[in-house]
Amino acid sequence: MPAVSKGDGMRGLAVFISDIRNCKSKESEVKRINKELANIRSKFKGDKALDGYSKKKYVCKLLFIFLLGHDIDFGHMEAVNLLSSNKYTEKQIGYLFISVLVNSNSDLIRLINNAIKNDLASRNSTFMNLALHCIANVGSREMAEAFASEIPRILVAGDTMDSVKQSAALCLLRLNRTSPDLVPMGEWTARVVHLLNDQHLGVVTAATSLITTLAQKSPDDFKTSVSLAVARLSRIVTSASIDLQDYTYYFVAAPWLSVKLLRLLQCYPPPEDTSLRSRLTECLETILNKAQEPPKSKKVQHSNAKNAVLFEAIALIIHHDSEPNLLVRACNQLGQFLQHRETNLRYLALESMCTLASSEFSHEAVKTHIETVINALKTERDVSVRQRAVDLLYAMCDRSNSKQIVAEMLSYLETADYSIREEIVLKVAILAEKYAVDYTWYVDTILNLIRIAGDYVSEEVWYRVIQIVINRDDVQGYAAKTVFEALQAPACHENLVKVGGYILGEFGNLIAGDPRSSPLVQFNLLHSKFHLCSVPTRALLLSAYIKFINLFPEVKGTIQDVLRSDSQLRNADVELQQRAVEYLRLSCIASTDILATVLEEMPPFPERESSILAKLKKKKGSSKLFVCKNNGIIYENQLLQIGLKSEYRQNLGRMYVFYGNKTSTQFLSFSTSVTLQLNVQEKPVDPLIEAGAQVQQILNIECVSDFSDAPILNIQFRYGGTLQNIAVKLPVMLNKFFQPTEMTSQDFFQRWKQLGAPQQEVQKIFKAKNQMDTDVSKAKLLGFGVALLDGVDPNPANFVGAGIIHTKTTQVGCLLRLEPNTQAQMYRLTLRTSKESVSQRLVELLSEQF
Amino acid sequence: MQFMLLFSRQGKLRLQKWYVPLSDKEKKKITRELVQTVLARKPKMCSFLEWRDLKIVYKRYASLYFCCAIEDQDNELITLEIIHRYVELLDKYFGSVCELDIIFNFEKAYFILDEFLLGGEAQETSKKNVLKAIEQADLLQEVRPALTEIKI
Repeated sequence: MPAVSKGDGMRGLAVFISDIRNCKSKESEVKRINKELANIRSKFKGDKALDGYSKKKYVCKLLFIFLLGHDIDFGHMEAVNLLSSNKYTEKQIGYLFISVLVNSNSDLIRLINNAIKNDLASRNSTFMNLALHCIANVGSREMAEAFASEIPRILVAGDTMDSVKQSAALCLLRLNRTSPDLVPMGEWTARVVHLLNDQHLGVVTAATSLITTLAQKSPDDFKTSVSLAVARLSRIVTSASIDLQDYTYYFVAAPWLSVKLLRLLQCYPPPEDTSLRSRLTECLETILNKAQEPPKSKKVQHSNAKNAVLFEAIALIIHHDSEPNLLVRACNQLGQFLQHRETNLRYLALESMCTLASSEFSHEAVKTHIETVINALKTERDVSVRQRAVDLLYAMCDRSNSKQIVAEMLSYLETADYSIREEIVLKVAILAEKYAVDYTWYVDTILNLIRIAGDYVSEEVWYRVIQIVINRDDVQGYAAKTVFEALQAPACHENLVKVGGYILGEFGNLIAGDPRSSPLVQFNLLHSKFHLCSVPTRALLLSAYIKFINLFPEVKGTIQDVLRSDSQLRNADVELQQRAVEYLRLSCIASTDILATVLEEMPPFPERESSILAKLKKKKGSSKLFVCKNNGIIYENQLLQIGLKSEYRQNLGRMYVFYGNKTSTQFLSFSTSVTLQLNVQEKPVDPLIEAGAQVQQILNIECVSDFSDAPILNIQFRYGGTLQNIAVKLPVMLNKFFQPTEMTSQDFFQRWKQLGAPQQEVQKIFKAKNQMDTDVSKAKLLGFGVALLDGVDPNPANFVGAGIIHTKTTQVGCLLRLEPNTQAQMYRLTLRTSKESVSQRLVELLSEQF
Repeated sequence: MQFMLLFSRQGKLRLQKWYVPLSDKEKKKITRELVQTVLARKPKMCSFLEWRDLKIVYKRYASLYFCCAIEDQDNELITLEIIHRYVELLDKYFGSVCELDIIFNFEKAYFILDEFLLGGEAQETSKKNVLKAIEQADLLQEVRPALTEIKI
């Protein structure tokens, strides 16, 4: 039975909910809901003004219906009305409704903001909290615009009540997350830092979270929080359990606050001041020591809270990466957890060790646990835990254990969950290449990957193995032999046929001497798989056949017969037919010299950064798209992070490039250069970057004429003893110099007709890569630089836009039309400009975004 | 924290709190997929899993699953205890809470959650203080104005 509700009962609501629960079918539920909706609609429209209680009841019913999963398209006005009631429960329901059903109607927004303003100014802490909660829950840009400057004032005012300070702090945190540009730093930042010393631990808790978020945006403004945080943490960790009373949780002193303080400290490098540093070290040692003490309670809440603090302390130790003693202790503690009987702790230990493995100091210590981790991979029943074990093996892999680790990962792959196979394949491929001393091992590993999990071996992986075989003379014979043997298997994966076909086509001659792998045998072997393969593979095989004709004149006749057959020459697929016809002709008319030249062995591929690594990064993290925005991180590896902030006006741009040294060692002889087609003027960058520091470089960019290649930023520096070379593409695309232009529909049509010549129009029809959402598409077009014109296209679902590309020499007017077809999930994009190359480039750039 | 979901063994959603802006469509999709994923887990499995680019922390209390999505750098164990603290609050407020309480008093569940977590972060970790704040609000409810509505 439902508990007797405290306070206001709202009987009608309870009855309604009961009715819904008693519905035997989905249809009857919908029927009951529609009946209620009709009832509420009529009540809202009715002549009699509803009293507050009824309004509240109906708004609450609407909320319930919405949360069940049905759409609600009315009730907002009534909910907003409730906000101005002076009855707390009515206000409360009104606020709840508008926080859950966020509406973008500008009139409603104005009314809501007004109500919030009134409540904030009311000096009634309960009302103020309601208003602050609403802002924190909705966090819209309009609210940020209205209140982002008011809230810091409330937060630091002397007479603000503690509970309001807490709400204000987290409200500001939310606004900063969604609209960071509207939360300006100011005088209040110093006072927020001071809140860390507040008497009320709830205030300290909220303030710590706020400072952590803000410190990531402007670390300098909050540097002073470090010493206060250490002091506070130290007091908590050394306190007796009676000291903190309400903030002690199952005999653990203020666990939430401790974790937050430790997180805050991870925004900064280790303190420079020696006494502060040693105080922090003492603190961390105390936490590590406590883990070895017998537990004060058998309850899992006690151990969870205690270990939560422990794991966060370990995260801080790893982040600092500077105290070998602490790192070793952390590693040992994690090693203990690896064999704990609680699955949660084994999972977290594996996760934490992964991060530890990348630290110079502890890498060796982590490696000592390899047998435990391999055992986990084999025996853990929970797939999430096994996956963590894989991640850790990958992280701890180096030259000394690569063969063992790759072997274990391959054997795990045989029975791994399908959802994680692709990632494991990528990781094995990366490790095999990185640590190959003997490339025969590398070739074996990749062929094994294809054998075990062929479906999950992406193009990047098998392209790479071919690239490597082509580039290395010493493994070509081995590759040919191994691939030949592998193809003998009755059912081999199509990717193996691709790799085999290519390699035999290039290097089949190396094994042709042996009668078991004579040219005819090789050809028959490949051709036996032909009819089982998809079109792209068959195309590849045809190329292998013509190469055979060049290599082995003795099989020329046999192969020509195959090419000549109807199934090839009249093949329904255009590519296959073309290849068969052309290869046949080539083999007939070309002299042996010409044939030999045309089909000469492939030259070595230029050394390039592995695309496999790029694919793995893309799978794991979010890939940032820069075509429609101007700020963010463009490159990151273990040593260096490169961030970007750019502004553009007409044909000029200014880019602020930030280089962050992620390590604990200086970067020396730091220098950069830009190669490109635009005019770029670089202000010189500091040749020395301190550990953990970030320097800035300004690039002034001028667009001289339209271009299609992005400029490349080359960076060189010395880290430790080695010279590092990095090349990063700068996200400067033609559309950065694109300015929106408003015009009437008459003007638009006139110009559209004027740009009717075939070279001026470029059209592309393509499949939608992302969800087709009108608002999102609008935002992308605006971000691209287009002015969206309303009422031009008779079909309201289509987008029409105009803009000008500014270059030093000319201005190119551009007109655009984007037609979405939601049923087919496709788009048609048309660009008309006075310059073909511009039309082409803009279509290319824009079509990628949808 | 990005969001918190409460749902029954049959996959019926009892509470949904979102701390990041998402369209209704996206919310429904996420809910559908995540509920399915969590319900498919067996009892002895650990309380954490990786899903899309988030970490999921979940725990079952009687007939209800409490499920939180946190970011890569967030602390899993403390999130488990956030869930536990929320359950303690509900328990104290309703007096031995059960799923039906949350169904029939859903709005109260949201109000209690807001006093404890805001913007995805814990704002008050003293159980006493949170309950005091809620009781204060309830007392305000009780106060009906002395004047009743005058009907003409």
